[in-house]
Amino acid sequence: MSRDAILGAIRRGLRRGPLPDDQKLALRARLDAHPRHLIPARSQVPRPAQVALFIANVEKEFGSVTRVPTLADVPGAIADYLAAGNLPAHFAMAPHPELMDLQWALLQPRIGRAQPSDLVCLTQAFAGIAETGTLMLPAEPTRPTTLNLLGDIALVVLRASRIVGPYEDAWNWLRARHDSTTGGFMPRNVMLVTGPSRSADIESTLELGAHGPRQLHIVLVDDDPAAIA
Amino acid sequence: MTPPPRVALFVTCLVDLHRPSVGFAAIRLLEAAGCQVDVPRAQTCCGQPAYNSGDRATARDLARGIIDAFAGYDYIVVPSGSCGGMLRDHVPGLFEDDPELRRRADVMAAKTYELVSFLTDMRGMTDPQAAYAGTVTYHDSCAGLRELGVRDQPRALLGKVAGLTLTEMAEPEVCCGFGGTFCVKYPDISTRMVADKTRDIAATGADTLLAGDMGCLLNMAGRLAREGSNIQVRHVAEVLAGMTQELPAIGRARDGR
Amino acid sequence: MQITSPAFKSNVAEALADPHLQKALHFTRPRFPERRAAAVAALPEFETLRDIGRDIKNHTLANLDFYLEIWADNVEKSGGQVHWCATADDARAAVLAICQRVGAKTVTKGKSMISEELGINEHLEKHGIEPVETDLGEYILQIRGEGPSHIIAPAFHLNREDWEESFRKTHTDLPADRVFGERRDIMVEARTILREKFIAADVGITGANFLIAETGSSVIVTNEGNGDLTQTLPKVHIALASIEKLVPTLEDATSLLRLLARSATGQDFSVYTTFSTGARRPDDLDGPEEYHVVVIDNGRSAMIGTEFQDMLRCIRCAACMNHCPVYFTVGGHSYGWVYPGPMGSVLTPSLIGVEKAGHLPNASTFCGKCESVCPVKIPLPKLMRHWREREFERHLTPGAMRNNLAIWGWFARRPQLYRAATRVAAWGLGLLGRKRGRFSWLPFAGGWTDGRDLPAPEGDTFFARYARQQRHKS
Repeated sequence: MSRDAILGAIRRGLRRGPLPDDQKLALRARLDAHPRHLIPARSQVPRPAQVALFIANVEKEFGSVTRVPTLADVPGAIADYLAAGNLPAHFAMAPHPELMDLQWALLQPRIGRAQPSDLVCLTQAFAGIAETGTLMLPAEPTRPTTLNLLGDIALVVLRASRIVGPYEDAWNWLRARHDSTTGGFMPRNVMLVTGPSRSADIESTLELGAHGPRQLHIVLVDDDPAAIA
Repeated sequence: MTPPPRVALFVTCLVDLHRPSVGFAAIRLLEAAGCQVDVPRAQTCCGQPAYNSGDRATARDLARGIIDAFAGYDYIVVPSGSCGGMLRDHVPGLFEDDPELRRRADVMAAKTYELVSFLTDMRGMTDPQAAYAGTVTYHDSCAGLRELGVRDQPRALLGKVAGLTLTEMAEPEVCCGFGGTFCVKYPDISTRMVADKTRDIAATGADTLLAGDMGCLLNMAGRLAREGSNIQVRHVAEVLAGMTQELPAIGRARDGR
Repeated sequence: MQITSPAFKSNVAEALADPHLQKALHFTRPRFPERRAAAVAALPEFETLRDIGRDIKNHTLANLDFYLEIWADNVEKSGGQVHWCATADDARAAVLAICQRVGAKTVTKGKSMISEELGINEHLEKHGIEPVETDLGEYILQIRGEGPSHIIAPAFHLNREDWEESFRKTHTDLPADRVFGERRDIMVEARTILREKFIAADVGITGANFLIAETGSSVIVTNEGNGDLTQTLPKVHIALASIEKLVPTLEDATSLLRLLARSATGQDFSVYTTFSTGARRPDDLDGPEEYHVVVIDNGRSAMIGTEFQDMLRCIRCAACMNHCPVYFTVGGHSYGWVYPGPMGSVLTPSLIGVEKAGHLPNASTFCGKCESVCPVKIPLPKLMRHWREREFERHLTPGAMRNNLAIWGWFARRPQLYRAATRVAAWGLGLLGRKRGRFSWLPFAGGWTDGRDLPAPEGDTFFARYARQQRHKS
C-alpha cells in the first residue's frame, strides 16, 4: 500500500522505525501546545496604534477603509460608498446576524451566497490582523466564501474590537470555535485577505482585479473605546 | 611590548602565476601593520578547482598539505576572498571522517583572514598612507562578500587614499561571471554576465576598477580590454600598498596601453 | 513536461540569441530584488525568522512520518479523503479516477508546480477531460503550449505583444478588431473568459503551499484569487501536495507565511492565503462537496537522510532564482524542466536523475546570492557541489575536464614540481604577452578568449621573485 510504502521510505531515510512512544508523546505535546514563534514587534503596540496600523496596511495594499461610530452607521457608509462609485443599490449580503439586524433603508441586500452576476458583495469579518492589514474570513453558514470572491467590489464590515496585532491572536479566537461536524475547530475554509485581487503576470506590472474583486472596502465600526485615539 | 604576530601569507595560485606583485603588496601592507610575514614554501593552490568540480579526494590532499605547511603561525592571510573562504569555510568540512585532521583544519580555519579585512579588523589599520590619483569603482567579489563579510573594509581604506575618489556601481555585489571553472565550462553565460558587469562599471565613469580577487579581476579586465575600454584594472592591495607606479594595470602593456 | 535539461547548452545558446526573452529578462531582473529588499527592510525580525523557518522545516522533516499520519487522520476526521501516491503514475491515476467518478468534463486548475511535475494536464486531456489553467500566467502558457519559466511568475518571459497575439488567435469568438490599449485590457479579457470556465468546471485542482498536521488543512497562497475560485465553485476540490509541504501547527505555518510573500514578490502578505479543511459542512451555503488531497512522494523520501535533505525545506518562494545572475542571463526554460534556477539545479537532479540534469548544478558560479536570500537557509551552492561530487564519483564529469583536473592535481600535490612548471608557464606567457599585456586568442583557451581577452602574466612567478629577494637579503 502506498501509505505504508511512503512512511517506510521516510523511516528508512531517517534510519529508524516508527517513533518510540515517549517521542510521540513529546510531539503530541508540541501539537497540543502549538507554541508561538517570534512575533514581530510592529503590531505589539497600544490599541489605537494597532487600529491605525491595520488601516495603514490595508491602504498600502490598495484597499480602503471608512470608520463609523456604531453598527447602525454601516448602511449609511455603504450607501455613500456605492453612490460615490456610481454603483447600484443592490448587492449580495452574508446572512450574518450583525448585518441582518441593520436597517438598510433604500439599499437592497440579497441575502445568501454570491452569484456570478453579483457586482457588489458584502460580508462580515471574523477578525482583522493589524500586522499586515489582513482580514480573517472563516467560512460559516453565515459567512459564505463566494462573497469574498465573485463580486467586482468586496465590502466588509469589521468591528474595531476584532482587530488583533499578529495572526496568532486571531488563530486563538478561532481555536475557541467548535465544529460539530468534525469535532475540530477549523471551518471548511479560512481566507486571509489582504487587499483586492491583483496580478503581475503581464510584464511584471501590477494590475488590480485579476479574478477576484478589484476593490476591497472595509467599513470599520469603532466599538472599542480603547481603540479610539 | 607584545611581539609582532607571525603571519603566514597564502599567496594563491593566481597571484603566484599571474600577478606576483599582489603578493608583494600584501607583504608590504602586513609589515606596515606591524606583522612579521612569512611565506611557507610548500603551498600551491587552495584546491577550489578540484573541490568545486566534485573531486574531493584531490581537494583533501591539497588541504592536508596546507594544514601542515601553515601550522604554527598566529594568522594566515590571503589576498583573495575566494581562496580565504575555501580555507576558512570549506576545508574543515573535507575532514568530517577524520577527527584529528578536522581539529587541525578548524584551528587553521579560525586563523585565516582575507587580507584587507585582516588589516582593518585585526590590525586596526585606518589609513594605508597611500596616494592614487583617480576615480575608482570597487567590485565586491562573491566569496569575500558573502562568506567572509568583506564589504566596508576596503571602502574604508580606499576612502583614506590621497587623491582617490570612490564611485559605486549600481550593483557592485552582482557576480562578474568568473566562477572558477564555470567561465570555461559555460563561456556563453560567463561572457554575457561579465558584459553586464562591464556595462555597470563603465556607467560609473570611473577610470579604475578594483577588487580583491584575481579571478574576478582577470575576467573583468579581459572583457574591458576586449571592449576597447581604457579603464585600469587592479587588485585593491596594489593601490593600498602604493605600488601602482611600479607595474602596469592588469592586461595592460608596460607603456600602459 | 518534456525534459530538455540534457540540452542545456543549446537551450542557453537559443536563449542568449532571443531578443524578446532578453528584453523580458532585462525588464524584470531588478524588480524582484528591489521589492524583496524593501519588504525585508521593513521587518527588523526577518533574519531571525529565517532561522525559525529553517528550524520548523527541519523539525518536521525529522518527524515526517509521525506528522503525516496525524495530518491524514485529521483530513479524514474533517470529511476529506487522502490519496497516498508514491509515484507520479500513482498520482495521475488518483486524480483521473476522481474526475472520472464524478463524470468531469472540465477541470479548472490553480497554479501548481507539482501538477507540472506530474504532467496532470496531459494525462487528463488524454482521457477526454479538459484542464483549464486559471492563473493568468499559466493560462497564456497553456494557450501557447509552453511550460512555465519561473515558479511564481510563470510567464514573465513573454512581452505584451505575445499576450495580444495569443489572445487574438485563441479567443476567436471576440471581435477581431478589438483594441488592447493597456495591459489591463488583456487581463479583463482573460478574466471574462475564465469566469465562464470557473462556473462550468466540475472539479477544481489546486496545489498546496503547506499542509498542516494539527488541523488536516491544506493552504494555498495567491494574489489573483483564481485558486480560491478553483477550489470553491466546483463540486470537487483536489489538492495536490508533495510530502514535504507539511508543517505541524497553524503557528508553524504562520511563521513560514511571514517569510513566503516577502521572499517571493516582496509583499508583506499575499492577497489570498486560504486554509482548506475538509468538505462543505451541512449548513454551509457554498464550497465543494468533496475534498481530496493527493499526497505525493515522487522522489522526496529518497532525499531524506542524504546530503540533499536540506532541499526539502524549500517553500517555493523563488527568491533564489529572482536573485540569480545566471537565471536572469539564460531564463527559466534553459533549465529544461519544471524547476529552474538554483532550487531547480538542486531539486531537478534528485527527481529526474543527475545523468539527465547534470548541467544544472554545474552552471553556477557559486556566487552565493541564492543562499543569502533563501528564507529557510538552504545551502544551495553546497548542495549543487554535492551533485558535482556524485557526478565525479560516477565518472559523469566530462573526460577533458577530468583529465585536466588530474594533471593539475598531480602537480598541485607536489610543490617543487609545481613551482618549476608554473615558472615555465608564467615566463612563456609573460614573454608572449609582453608587448600587448594580453591575449585575444590562445590555443585551448577558446572558452575564455571568445568573449574576452586573457591578461598576460607579469612574467615571473611570485615564488621565483620571492626566492630571489630572500637570497638578496641574506
